[in-house]
Amino acid sequence: MKSFLKGNEAVVMGSLLAGCQSYYGYPITPASEITHAAANYFPQLSRTFLQAESEVAAINMVYGAAAAGERTMTASSGPGISLMCEGLSYIAACELPCLIVDIMRAGPGLGNIGPEQSDYYQLTKGGGHGNYNTLVLAPNSVQEMLDFAIIGFELADNYRIPVIIAADGVIGQMMEPVTLPDPVKNIPEKEWALTGDKRAEYNLHTSIFLDHDQLEEVNLRLDRKHRQIMANEQLFESYRADDAEIILVGYGIVSRQLKALVNQVRKQGIKAGLIRPITLWPFPSKAFEEIRNYKALRKVIVAEMSNGQLFWDVKAALDNSSLEISLINRMGGNLIEDQDLLKEITNS
Amino acid sequence: MGNKILKKSEAFYDVFFRKPGDEKKSTTYCAGCGHGIIHKLIAEAITDLGMTEKTTFVSPVGCSVFAYYYFKTGNVEAAHGRAPAVATAVKRSHPDSYVICYQGDGDLAAIGTAEILHAANRGENITVIFVNNAIYGMTGGQMAPTSLLNQKTATSPFGRDEAEEGYPLRMSEIIATLDAPVLVARTSVHDIKNIMQTRKLIRKALNAQKDKKGFSFIEILSQCPTNWKVKPEDAQEWMEKNMLPYYKREVFKDILDQAAPVPHPKPRKEIAEIVELLALPEFKTRKDNGGETTLKTIRRETKFKIAGFGGQGVLSLGAFLCELAIVNHYHSTWIPSYGPEMRGGTANCSVILSPEEIASPVVQEIDILVAFNHPSLVKFHSNVKEEGLIFYNNSIINDLSEIMPYVRRKKIQLIGVDASNAADSLGDPRMVNVAMLGHMIKVYPYFQLQQADLLLEKKFSTKPRLVELNKQALRRGFEQDEMENIV
Ligand SMILES: Cc1ncc(C[n+]2csc(CCOP(=O)(O)OP(=O)(O)O)c2C)c(N)n1
Repeated sequence: MKSFLKGNEAVVMGSLLAGCQSYYGYPITPASEITHAAANYFPQLSRTFLQAESEVAAINMVYGAAAAGERTMTASSGPGISLMCEGLSYIAACELPCLIVDIMRAGPGLGNIGPEQSDYYQLTKGGGHGNYNTLVLAPNSVQEMLDFAIIGFELADNYRIPVIIAADGVIGQMMEPVTLPDPVKNIPEKEWALTGDKRAEYNLHTSIFLDHDQLEEVNLRLDRKHRQIMANEQLFESYRADDAEIILVGYGIVSRQLKALVNQVRKQGIKAGLIRPITLWPFPSKAFEEIRNYKALRKVIVAEMSNGQLFWDVKAALDNSSLEISLINRMGGNLIEDQDLLKEITNS
Repeated sequence: MGNKILKKSEAFYDVFFRKPGDEKKSTTYCAGCGHGIIHKLIAEAITDLGMTEKTTFVSPVGCSVFAYYYFKTGNVEAAHGRAPAVATAVKRSHPDSYVICYQGDGDLAAIGTAEILHAANRGENITVIFVNNAIYGMTGGQMAPTSLLNQKTATSPFGRDEAEEGYPLRMSEIIATLDAPVLVARTSVHDIKNIMQTRKLIRKALNAQKDKKGFSFIEILSQCPTNWKVKPEDAQEWMEKNMLPYYKREVFKDILDQAAPVPHPKPRKEIAEIVELLALPEFKTRKDNGGETTLKTIRRETKFKIAGFGGQGVLSLGAFLCELAIVNHYHSTWIPSYGPEMRGGTANCSVILSPEEIASPVVQEIDILVAFNHPSLVKFHSNVKEEGLIFYNNSIINDLSEIMPYVRRKKIQLIGVDASNAADSLGDPRMVNVAMLGHMIKVYPYFQLQQADLLLEKKFSTKPRLVELNKQALRRGFEQDEMENIV
């Protein structure tokens, strides 16, 4: 059975199927359809939908719901995500699971509602204050918007970490056919949750530790968890890359353009391939360790709708290699022109 | 330091095991601080009301940030000012539990003004204990929004001046203007009589929550001798002299008698029903639905741009085309223009239909342009590929001069469709998109009218009149003579 959904609707369906019990959000284009769909479906299922007074409040509601043991979520776009970074730091510090969807629009400041990928730094380097990371998934189709919500809640629970779905405006706005899976069963009990009964008597979620050594211990514990995630959860897609002379790197809508281009130039005899980061954090450095061994590879082209934010991570991952690395990017809400990419590929 | 709480209530831990250091029996509060008294009143109340096990305490940022050292309840420590937001969600997660939201004046009346106002206005079924000591305690005696006029603090060293810093905020009075709260009162803990009154009000508020009556707010005037820079024994006098004249102690609002308990909503649907509603009809094969026309097959990826005014249904036409493709076992993608243009009155979408998986949904070169108005035709015509195709709404597009040179050069086929007139003749200009689709199906019979009918019936299942209108519009478009004679 197929349904034809917007990315923004699919991520809500995925969350509902994953057993998400509450949605707290504040409207912002191009993420508003998420709030609309949540407002429509959550109450019908007797789950909680609440339009918060701000993103500051929304993320703190998510903090409360996560502490209470629910699968819970919010969604926003750049300006709102900035406001959420305060709460995010507390949620990460308390090691609470939740899902946050960022439908990235063009910035900085108010920018515009066109698509960009410029929240990359904010999302992959923590965003709020303190030593923490969140797990960041970058879907490139409507089906993945749905699937990553389900996977996201699972990862969030497994690692007790906030998971962010980072999608550019196009992935949120586009429609594609999707298959809706069966609802997730057997969501694990959380013995640490504030359930408001005898079980929770000693349960506490706090991030204040006046004793320096105690707080350092908290940081070291987070650090160990981050390392474990970096070792085990890197995800990337490698497409026709093994024998490639040129490898294109991009995520989100850009990766779709790149894939089409790989197919197109392969027909003209140019050996191109694609590496698509699926987890933006942990950064899939394994992909880049692997391509170092590719005999034919000469050049890596990073394509992104931001000012080289992905580029510098790729550059770091390819540290000390003799490969040429270039950047093709657009900003301001513009998509990258296939022509520009083509030129860069054929001139290489 | 630390004032001893002598007879411990059941809702306090016997030993404050979470408190660092060796002093695990006394609190962190300064001598003469009101927080300790208020904690004790709360602990005794939840014990007596049998609420201890079911209570979650939300601590603020402020001197009482460590409330969780003492209370033997579930605890969550909120960011500065956000306790009402956190409390809202904890309560909504477990509506049968009890949530106490405890806040200082900096926390509640400055940085968290928005959160408290909205939690109150929503009538969240929580109890807010607002400790007003007219100063920032934890951070070392800075001015609070509740600091009094002429009060000297670390950040108002010459005294609070209303011309610069405004007036002390009376939060209870503000909250009491809202419709939702059921109990709003101000009290104090500066002497035994007032402590007893506070004790009574805290219990009343907790009972209100127990009875699911809604939001209650108890503001408690409380001593901070350390930051008022007075001796503990002089704090009572300071409060009487400075705070009591400005902050009236009274019950500002009590509608507990009228307030009905808020019931839990019941589910109206199962998730399976929502999934079912979203599903497209299934046809086993492309010919499996009674249609008579033999269908053409889409053999390669075909890229559409559909553009026009907002209100001409260009976005839904694109989506409809995709749905027709999906039920016919094709792949499809749709991207709307959602940029600033959307509000400026023009809209467009990119649609790709393909027999194979679609790598990129982005349309930069167009196979088929569908233009509903002149600006769209002009804007996109030059992205149409050699030997491509343009459907245009010739009811309102009369002047083709601008596009003809390109159209001729690139051998593009132009097809005029009298779409707006077809819609108008049905009395509903919104039908222009469906009329266009009808003609597109005629020229390119990849789909059947009957399939479109089925989709419409599902889409507008509650609006039979709209289904009928759409079906008629489809047919008006379909029955129009082909007008591809311009080039
Ligand atoms: C975002 C943020 N800003 C500032 C602070 C610093 N801070 C901690 S407590 C506090 C004021 C607390 O005063 P109040 O709410 O009156 O509580 P009290 O300490 O008097 O009980 C401030 C400004 C903080 N923790 N977080």
